[in-house]
Amino acid sequence: MTDRSSTLLIACGALGADAVAVLKQPGLDHVKLTCLPAKLHNSPQKIPELLRAKIRKGRQNFSDILVLYGDCGTAGGIDAVLKEEGARRIEGAHCYEFFAGSNTFAAMSEDEPGSFYLTDFLTRHFESLVWRGLGLEKNPELLPLYFGNYTRLVYLAQSPNDELIEKAKLAASRLKLKFEYRETGLFGIQNFLTENVH
Amino acid sequence: MEEDEIDLSALSDQELVEQMHDDLYDGLADEVKEGTQILLDRDWVPYKVLTDALVEGMRIVGVDFRDGILFVPEVLLSANSMKAGMAILKPLLAATGAPKSGKMVIGTVKGDIHDIGKNLVIMMMEGAGFEVIDIGINNPVENYLAALEEHKPDIIGMSALLTTTMPYMKVVVDAMIEKGIRDDYIVMVGGAPLNEEFAESVGADAYGRDAAMTVELAKQKIAERAAA
Repeated sequence: MTDRSSTLLIACGALGADAVAVLKQPGLDHVKLTCLPAKLHNSPQKIPELLRAKIRKGRQNFSDILVLYGDCGTAGGIDAVLKEEGARRIEGAHCYEFFAGSNTFAAMSEDEPGSFYLTDFLTRHFESLVWRGLGLEKNPELLPLYFGNYTRLVYLAQSPNDELIEKAKLAASRLKLKFEYRETGLFGIQNFLTENVH
Repeated sequence: MEEDEIDLSALSDQELVEQMHDDLYDGLADEVKEGTQILLDRDWVPYKVLTDALVEGMRIVGVDFRDGILFVPEVLLSANSMKAGMAILKPLLAATGAPKSGKMVIGTVKGDIHDIGKNLVIMMMEGAGFEVIDIGINNPVENYLAALEEHKPDIIGMSALLTTTMPYMKVVVDAMIEKGIRDDYIVMVGGAPLNEEFAESVGADAYGRDAAMTVELAKQKIAERAAA
């Protein structure tokens, strides 16, 4: 049923569970959520046009469209689509930045440019998105080519538990990186939605 | 030898070169090494082995990568295979005076530690007869300026994978302008999130969309300078 006074949130599939958690809060529960596949993480050049199609479809039923994507390596491609289609997104180059907060993320990157980041989602799906996604299962000899310049794995945790932390530690060990843990919560997404949902 | 294995030494030159293209495509380093050695044993000059067998094979890989048929893992395996062949050819190329196309200093910009694309460019540029000085990753502007001063290249190449680090290319170009040396060099930039518009906005002379195109642009820019 059409409800043009309502808000549609289009999110990266990797942020779907986080968005659901935030949207349960009072004042946000009328926002409808839809996602693009998380596997686009490994082929960001496809995101802008798929996002455009999703926005256009959403326009038929929603007056306001918000987007949970960073720039995500599209070099302004997502922003160009949002400008043309009249939608707006959370600030930040990628989810690592809006989870950690821009200042904290900039400080971490400056402190150690060779930081590889995992979120809850990427930790859960490390095997398929990172290990197999980069071809390391079949060709482990590629590991130094991908990760030779990295020194640490930083697990940016949204809603952690012992099992996820252990998985992130194991991922660090498989990539031969030292492990670092930072709990970020969901403040970045929460702030964006509370400020933008009317 | 297993039944389905191909005896490379039994192939004609043309068949062997085509088989090496396939082996490069499939990332079979040992076979590429073997093919390289066979061609040399048949008195091929090293430069011809390099261009006809290895570079042409990687060019095909590059085209299929650009068209979304191959992905990064496959390209890395192909590159490893080319490196294996190059390891045999490099000392011979130096000794036999292969044609020189020019000189390039290349590095990844400050804050960025990604070098897969840069290393592919280096391999293809060397394959095309360029002398390449690799200054590595995470380079502040001082590193680029020092390398220009020391090596006096024709081209300075800058690489970045991150949208957060690619603006640093402008810092380097601006520093070159400030020192009055900008027009002494061809400035080329590349990296997954870049595009023509961005290259223009930082004041670069060319944007290398991929390794093969970077080589073509480098040759073209050097020819333009020579003709000017």
